[in-house]
Amino acid sequence: MTTILLAIVIGAAFGAVLDRIGASNPNYIGKMLNLTDLNLAKTILLAIGTGSVLMFGGQMAGLVDVGHMSVKAAYAGVFIGGLMLGAGWALAGYCPGTGVVAAASGRKDALFFIAGGLVGAAAYMVTYPAWKASGLLNSFAGGKVTLGTVPGAGYDGLTALPGDLLGIVLGLGFIALAFALPERLLPQKPAAQPAE
Amino acid sequence: MPLNWKAGGLLLGLVFFLAVLLVKPIGVSTQFVILDGILADAVNPQLVTQTADGYTSTNAYLAKSDGKYAKAIANPLNYSFVFVLAMALGGLLSAKLRGGITGAERSVHALWRANFGDSPAKRYAAAFLGGFIVLYGARLAGGCTSGHMMSGMMQTALSGYIFAAGAFAAAIPVSLMLFKKEA
Repeated sequence: MTTILLAIVIGAAFGAVLDRIGASNPNYIGKMLNLTDLNLAKTILLAIGTGSVLMFGGQMAGLVDVGHMSVKAAYAGVFIGGLMLGAGWALAGYCPGTGVVAAASGRKDALFFIAGGLVGAAAYMVTYPAWKASGLLNSFAGGKVTLGTVPGAGYDGLTALPGDLLGIVLGLGFIALAFALPERLLPQKPAAQPAE
Repeated sequence: MPLNWKAGGLLLGLVFFLAVLLVKPIGVSTQFVILDGILADAVNPQLVTQTADGYTSTNAYLAKSDGKYAKAIANPLNYSFVFVLAMALGGLLSAKLRGGITGAERSVHALWRANFGDSPAKRYAAAFLGGFIVLYGARLAGGCTSGHMMSGMMQTALSGYIFAAGAFAAAIPVSLMLFKKEA
């Protein structure tokens, strides 16, 4: 029962924050991806950095259970699937989580996104054996690995560097990147001048 | 207007940290499979079946990893599924508190209107197609923006970096091609 309560509290907090940062607003996703407003990218970078520093810092202080980490496997399909997700994300302006939040916040197009997503997930369920047979789901570079070796995590490290320290350094790097990134990368198009 | 990136980023990072502190890293896209499974199992109860030591399915994807997905389908009141339902609740309350989303924006957002006009049908078709590609890709990759990009890179997972590289390598060119006019 406690876990269900935690699911409700953390899930609701996540949904509310996604709404408040504009991640479930397809205008902000579109402006981030067409490089005209990078505020959301700065938000995401700062979030990854903050999460990383807190988690690895907490582990080193003995306050965070290393066993809660859950590292996914690396395989060629991760990159191919990432390409697909990216293309659909740009077209729709939603990813799985933000689509759910957008639909709940009253965006009707997000309901169509969810419907398409359910059909897409079902299509993957049906075609999974072909991907499995293709070998593209076979782990490479050690599969479930972290960049450094995190003490006690039970995952191999890609390098022998201390994974918790590396996590803090990379986390600080993400935070620095959030500050360094300009608010837009593409120059503003000149406004149409009225005829003389 | 959304929160500025400093406040928003700290809050979002805090939520990802709390999730891993209290339970496990956040992920969403698997739950589309679980909902599909719940619906399909309601139509065809033979899809997910109980075995001596757990659950299995006639679908190879649902049966993989010792029937982990089959088990979640048989028991929808589990952490990850309830988590996504609660996300909807949190999004709904937050949007209501700031006045809700009104008018044409509810069906066709401003950036889309500036580039493709105000036909809801066209926008809905694009959103459906986008949803299909996003979830097919997320399942192929084994995670989405939450699970791979945010939770994964936060944990320094190699897979998170590979996923993010793929996602942005496609998303930025596609967006530059589609959305040339600014709203």
